Amino acid sequence: MSMPAGKEAAVDNATVVNMETAEGDLSAVNMRLFAEVEAVAEFITNAKAEIASLRADEITSEHLPTATDELAAIVGATEAATNTILGSMEELEALAETVDQEVSDKINNSVTQVYEACSFQDITGQRIGTVVNALQHVENKVTALLAAFGEEFKAAGVERPATPKRADGKAERPDEDLCNGPQLPGNEISQDDIDALMGFD
Amino acid sequence: MSAVDMNMPILIVDDYKTMLRIIRNLLKQLGFNNVDEAADGSAALQKLRDKSYGLVISDWNMEPMSGLQLLKECRTDNQLQALPFIMITAESKSENVVAAKQAGVNNYIVKPFNAATLKSKLTAVLGAF
Repeated sequence: MSMPAGKEAAVDNATVVNMETAEGDLSAVNMRLFAEVEAVAEFITNAKAEIASLRADEITSEHLPTATDELAAIVGATEAATNTILGSMEELEALAETVDQEVSDKINNSVTQVYEACSFQDITGQRIGTVVNALQHVENKVTALLAAFGEEFKAAGVERPATPKRADGKAERPDEDLCNGPQLPGNEISQDDIDALMGFD
Repeated sequence: MSAVDMNMPILIVDDYKTMLRIIRNLLKQLGFNNVDEAADGSAALQKLRDKSYGLVISDWNMEPMSGLQLLKECRTDNQLQALPFIMITAESKSENVVAAKQAGVNNYIVKPFNAATLKSKLTAVLGAF
């Protein structure tokens, strides 16, 4: 956000006039400094007005909680669907024991592939959890901003908790810096890389 | 004949119930049927102190006690320090692998994994079966 060009010129002109009429009471540097401070004060006032117009209180009271709830619903829905799939596969696996070996092997191979594929629920769940934490972090920052800029930005009568140590409000763990969840494609290391790193088979 | 006791108790630890179910089913396909579950490190530690297990397969990122913390607790416990421990996790940064190795993990599987990888790591830790 920048100060309008016209206002900036007006401030500069005022500074020059003031400097010319100060007759040595204030140095040119001081006059320039006062002008700068005045400009900064006006900039802050404008910024507050613009932030207020954004209704930042609605971000914390409505938009972010809604987004968090929607993401939680996704996790719940995928978990329920995955459990249904797994249940069906377990029934198929039991049926495979009642048919001849060749068919049984084919069924079991397919069932195994479905089991492997179903681990998506864990991975997506962790990724969504990361997004939820990020949203909660944003919510905490907006709340802090509201508190810093005064009563006019606060939702009516709503007191917000202090920023917790962690965005999700839970206690920190000793290995917090190592709990980052799944990496984005291209950033992760492969099982072969891990085996090489560890010197495992 | 396999030297591995296929009936040994195995503890699987994960905060995702679907993942517990998947690992349990894959272990069953491999012939391991004696499987218990825990939802985080602290619950797992309690089970490990209440019952003798032949193997732990644990996730890393869990609340309140992570898999790494569980591993460290095991390695400082006289009764559990030699317990085979496999980490199965989506944490796929080099520093995670190094930290787990330094803590004494026996093997490390990155999610998503397949049944063949699970079997090869079980063989590496337990011997052929």
